[in-house]
Amino acid sequence: MGVEEAQKNPVLRTDELQAYFGPFHAVKGVSVSIFPNQVIAVIGPSGCGKSTFIRCLNRLHEETPGAKVKGQVWLEGKDIYGKGVDPVLIRRRVGMVFQKPNPFPALSIFDNVAIGPKLMGLRRRALLEEKVEQSLKQAALWNEVKDKLNKLGTSLSGGQQQRLCIARALAINPPVILMDEPTSALDPISTARIEELVQELKNRVTVIMVTHNMQQASRISDKTGFFLLGSMIEYGDTVQVFTKPRDSRTEQYITGRFG
Amino acid sequence: MIRHFEIDLQGIKALVLAMGGTVEKALAEVCQALFTRDPHRLAEVHLQEQKVNDLQIQVDNLCVQLIAKQAPVAKDLRLVIAAIKINTDLERMGDQVVNIAHCAADLFLQGQAIKMLPDLLKISERVRSMVRDSLDAFVRRDVSLSQEILKRDDEVDQLKDKIIQEMVSSMRLNTEEIEPSLGMITIARNFERLADHATNIAEEVIFLATGDDVRHAKND
Repeated sequence: MGVEEAQKNPVLRTDELQAYFGPFHAVKGVSVSIFPNQVIAVIGPSGCGKSTFIRCLNRLHEETPGAKVKGQVWLEGKDIYGKGVDPVLIRRRVGMVFQKPNPFPALSIFDNVAIGPKLMGLRRRALLEEKVEQSLKQAALWNEVKDKLNKLGTSLSGGQQQRLCIARALAINPPVILMDEPTSALDPISTARIEELVQELKNRVTVIMVTHNMQQASRISDKTGFFLLGSMIEYGDTVQVFTKPRDSRTEQYITGRFG
Repeated sequence: MIRHFEIDLQGIKALVLAMGGTVEKALAEVCQALFTRDPHRLAEVHLQEQKVNDLQIQVDNLCVQLIAKQAPVAKDLRLVIAAIKINTDLERMGDQVVNIAHCAADLFLQGQAIKMLPDLLKISERVRSMVRDSLDAFVRRDVSLSQEILKRDDEVDQLKDKIIQEMVSSMRLNTEEIEPSLGMITIARNFERLADHATNIAEEVIFLATGDDVRHAKND
């Protein structure tokens, strides 16, 4: 932990987090503290539990039939698996962006972004418009869509749709956004835009991103966690992980010698 | 299946070693010329130095290509970075050997009886063993051998200082000694610089093997 981190409280902390799909033990005792205003890259071979891990951070994992979670996840000091905690409220605090852009198909660009604030009780049109503009600007999409806000969200290109999904997540001011391979379906230009955006966003939110792209992880993240067979083998500063990994399994994976 | 990337990395390593071998050969030739007073061997030194220069460009090109195309990380990245740095050291070492050859040629031309100081022989032997060991350490990623080389550099510095003192005394006693003595001082200084470059290589090997940067550790 750096000096700066020691002065801050973690925005998210997991304590011996375990996740199961029926009898299959997918995440095995992960304990990690994630500090605000950082981008975290989660890397590891397919099936190592990295997506399951991040889906535990907003209580999405339990939506899968037969799935189970043990251990604790603390969001801004509160256990999200505590008694009586509403998972829907947690998902408002921990947004998520998926591999394939998934704007609501029947909604306009405006409504895709406005729906979150509306569900949270924001009704006044002027305030909604302000929120939508702000979120689209934060997602670096405003200039491209400001003249066609009433068009369907699905009419946009893949990269624009993904930024629309990021704007939708930002509209409800979550402290954390999870991204599960958000650029794997995008072309290099759209990927570069999302990467730039993620760097910008860390001033406001903590981004935890699963990626298979080692260069992307090294380019944009402050911290990198390496998963293997359900365990977090190594978690550290990205520069350290990519120049001088502590664990030989991390070294072998990032240098492409297995996985 | 051996990956192409692995073949490229091995290629860089092989070229650096070929370059090191060429520097060693040039160094051996110049020492032989110097201590057996054989000017004919000096031509060979220039040929070897040309080879070193050619290899430097090849190593740099390969490293740039590998970085651009493969974006190496961790120990692969450290190998490429170490190769680029060692490459520069070896090229400079080639130049220093040529400097010694020029001084030797001047001394031979002056036709003066050159005093072959025992310390000059000693410094040349120390430097040759440091160069050889630094390249062995690179091949084996041998940290303990590298650390030993770092220690041996001090001994070479002391020998150089001793030679300079001796030459200064000799010049004070006899003005006719000024030119050959200055030549000897230049030769000693070039040997000492060669040892510095061997030390740099040893430091790069430690970085390559461990990721630790031990340069300037004495100043900390």
